[in-house]
Amino acid sequence: MKPKVAFYWCASCGGCEEAVVDLSEAILDVAAAVDIVLWPVALDFKKADIEAMPDRSIAAAFINGAIRTTEQEEWARLLRRKSQFVLAFGSCAQLGGIPGLANMWDRKSIFEAVYSEAPSTENPEGVTPQRQHKLNGESLTLPGFFDTVRKLDDVIDVDYYVPGCPPTPKLLAAAVQTLLGGDLPAKGAVLAPDHALCEDCPRKDTKPVKLALAEYHRPHEVIVDPEKCLLAQGVVCLGPATRSGCEARCIEGNMPCTGCFGPTSRVRDFGAKAISGIASLAASNDEQEIEHILGKIADPVGTFYRYSLPASLLPRKRI
Amino acid sequence: MPTETVKRRITIDPVTRLEGHGKIDIILDEKGQVDKAYFQVPELRGFEKFAQGRQVEDMPQITSRICGVCPTAHHMASTKALDAVYQVTPAPAGRKIRELVYSTFMAEDHTLHFYFLGGPDFVVGPGAPKAERNVLGVIGKVGVETGKAVISMRRKLRELVALAAGKPVHPVFGLPGGVARRLTEEDRGKFRAVAAEAVDFAGFTLDIFHKVVLENSDYVDLIKSDIFTHRTHYMGMVDEKNRVNFYDGMLRVVTPDGAERAKFDPAKYLDYVGEHVEPWSYMKFCYLKQQGWKGFTEGADSGIYSVAPLARLNVADGMATPLAQAAYEEYVKVLGKPVHHTLANHWARVIELLYAAERMKELAEDPEVADPNVRTIPTATPAEGVGVVEAPRGTLFHHYKTDDRGIVEKANLIVATQNNAARISMSVEKAAKGLVSAARCDDGVLNMVEMAFRAYDPCLGCATHSLPGSMPLLVTVRDRRGETVSTLRRDSDGAVSRG
Repeated sequence: MKPKVAFYWCASCGGCEEAVVDLSEAILDVAAAVDIVLWPVALDFKKADIEAMPDRSIAAAFINGAIRTTEQEEWARLLRRKSQFVLAFGSCAQLGGIPGLANMWDRKSIFEAVYSEAPSTENPEGVTPQRQHKLNGESLTLPGFFDTVRKLDDVIDVDYYVPGCPPTPKLLAAAVQTLLGGDLPAKGAVLAPDHALCEDCPRKDTKPVKLALAEYHRPHEVIVDPEKCLLAQGVVCLGPATRSGCEARCIEGNMPCTGCFGPTSRVRDFGAKAISGIASLAASNDEQEIEHILGKIADPVGTFYRYSLPASLLPRKRI
Repeated sequence: MPTETVKRRITIDPVTRLEGHGKIDIILDEKGQVDKAYFQVPELRGFEKFAQGRQVEDMPQITSRICGVCPTAHHMASTKALDAVYQVTPAPAGRKIRELVYSTFMAEDHTLHFYFLGGPDFVVGPGAPKAERNVLGVIGKVGVETGKAVISMRRKLRELVALAAGKPVHPVFGLPGGVARRLTEEDRGKFRAVAAEAVDFAGFTLDIFHKVVLENSDYVDLIKSDIFTHRTHYMGMVDEKNRVNFYDGMLRVVTPDGAERAKFDPAKYLDYVGEHVEPWSYMKFCYLKQQGWKGFTEGADSGIYSVAPLARLNVADGMATPLAQAAYEEYVKVLGKPVHHTLANHWARVIELLYAAERMKELAEDPEVADPNVRTIPTATPAEGVGVVEAPRGTLFHHYKTDDRGIVEKANLIVATQNNAARISMSVEKAAKGLVSAARCDDGVLNMVEMAFRAYDPCLGCATHSLPGSMPLLVTVRDRRGETVSTLRRDSDGAVSRG
């Protein structure tokens, strides 16, 4: 019997599903080697079928997306129970991802922004979506919306992680191979190279041995030389702090790394590592001057924690 | 089975191929007839809120995460909003590269919808054996070689987006004043080669639509049937000659009779577009402000309007490229104008595919796209800006207000499918009322209800429309206490079972 595999999505954009589709011909190999028992985007939903399956009867569940609603938490728990291995697939499941930036706020302020303050919204009575709404004697229900976005391993035990926003098809294929091969890595492993992107960067040779920057530039403020190290040009590039495995696609697009592959195994808090790395490049010993240089980075949270706020050691912002 | 006096409901939950989950609740009256039907979206992430505090130049990359299926549409609307925020006119080559990439993306997206999602209903047919009513059935009908051509076309178009924009899922090239990366002559050559192929491919797709759909009077009758028809307003973007444009232009609104109701600069959208909140869905419902929100009703007095291919062809006077124009003329000859038949979206989409491919070819043949000067560095103090494009599924609005350091203070986003949300809800209810009852709730009926919303290519933040299979459904009939009375399940292979 072929091993059973499940794919599921939580708070995400569908980009991780596209990464699966982008396997192209290789998806046929995957389909030949495993039995896909759940993949809402392509196959029948069958929540009841999953519930009816014996515990641990699914070999591996690939779950993408963060945990934003009650329904997503229920699904994560169900799949954990039914699966031998759970993989957090992509930035949102691994680190909280971009939806995790919402942890600067809570449910109430998000609802206000979306359903009241949005300038095109006309809602004088302040209607908001309700978990349960009575209409003509019938009850219509919606999943609950948590105050805080959590990464997958805050909700269930996770065995392996596949990083990226989205992960590359190559990493996905390798992860499937690893699981099928039986030579399993240690629990908690991130299934991607364990070194910084700079080591694989096509512009590596142009990175100065010692970088010292008198000024940072936001990407729209300068014309970036497409051959030269972005950091050396004063553009905040998180390549030194970020795990490799992305094939340096953003760099090829002549834009800096924004850190979607998260930290290497030696780093606990990605944002803290990235901040200390960038701050140490300021070409000054004068406190005021350093403050001026770094002041150019107008949004430290969005710059350094864009994909990992729920995974930060810092507690969420208190409202 | 429950007695006829018991009020019941049919819950289609989940409907897959929607971001997270879509859910349809059909409420039956005492006689077992459909009383009401609700199309619910049970998901929200709150981008409008967490955009606040971000550097505005990061928005094209942050907002592309609204949707991994059409990230290029969000990236582009956002990048155009940055031009406005920084009051900068993009460098000519930068502007052309943007539209070239955008046309490439539109061609890819429309191709996939036709062959993989919407197409099976027609190419294979709503009455075909369910096991064939999917992309494999399409390939069976049109041939394996064509199936391979579709897969190869998709790959080539996505490779080009990656070449110019960094990544196909979540591009990175958009900046105020242009793009981050120039195209070389060699890059341009790649675009030219694939564009020529895409035009042929689009023409071939139109031929298939002709042979399979238009030459079959049953299908034409189905398209024209009342159950799939709504008389609403329409909105879409047009160029200076009122022809369809995906990247830039004015927004035009026509009445259900086809008369121009409004034509406005997208930056003034707040004068025209309102959003209504219902307590039973996380998705907001758009309407025309001048008519106001009058509930889920159609007609000239209602503010409900529709967007996407059908709407775009309704608001336009024609297409800007020759092959697409010829196809458009035939479409109007057969269906008249405006076209209110929801299923005609499929035909309109293929005509737009042809336009996207032809436009891609025009731009790739322009030597200026290989000009190295692709960006103008903005000098003005950032303030406020609106960026609008036609996404595959309709008009997409991004609106940012910043402080003088370019930090976002407010963001407003109206995604394509929201514009269609009210009409989709009406379509689902109309199809349910016309087709479903306690006594009549089988697989064929379910597929017809599905067809009512599948034609919109609904992208609720967003739906993946790139995979095979008929839409799997689980229908649960419950009594008023919520006890399950019976279930009907249709699997993705088309097999139907009762529980």
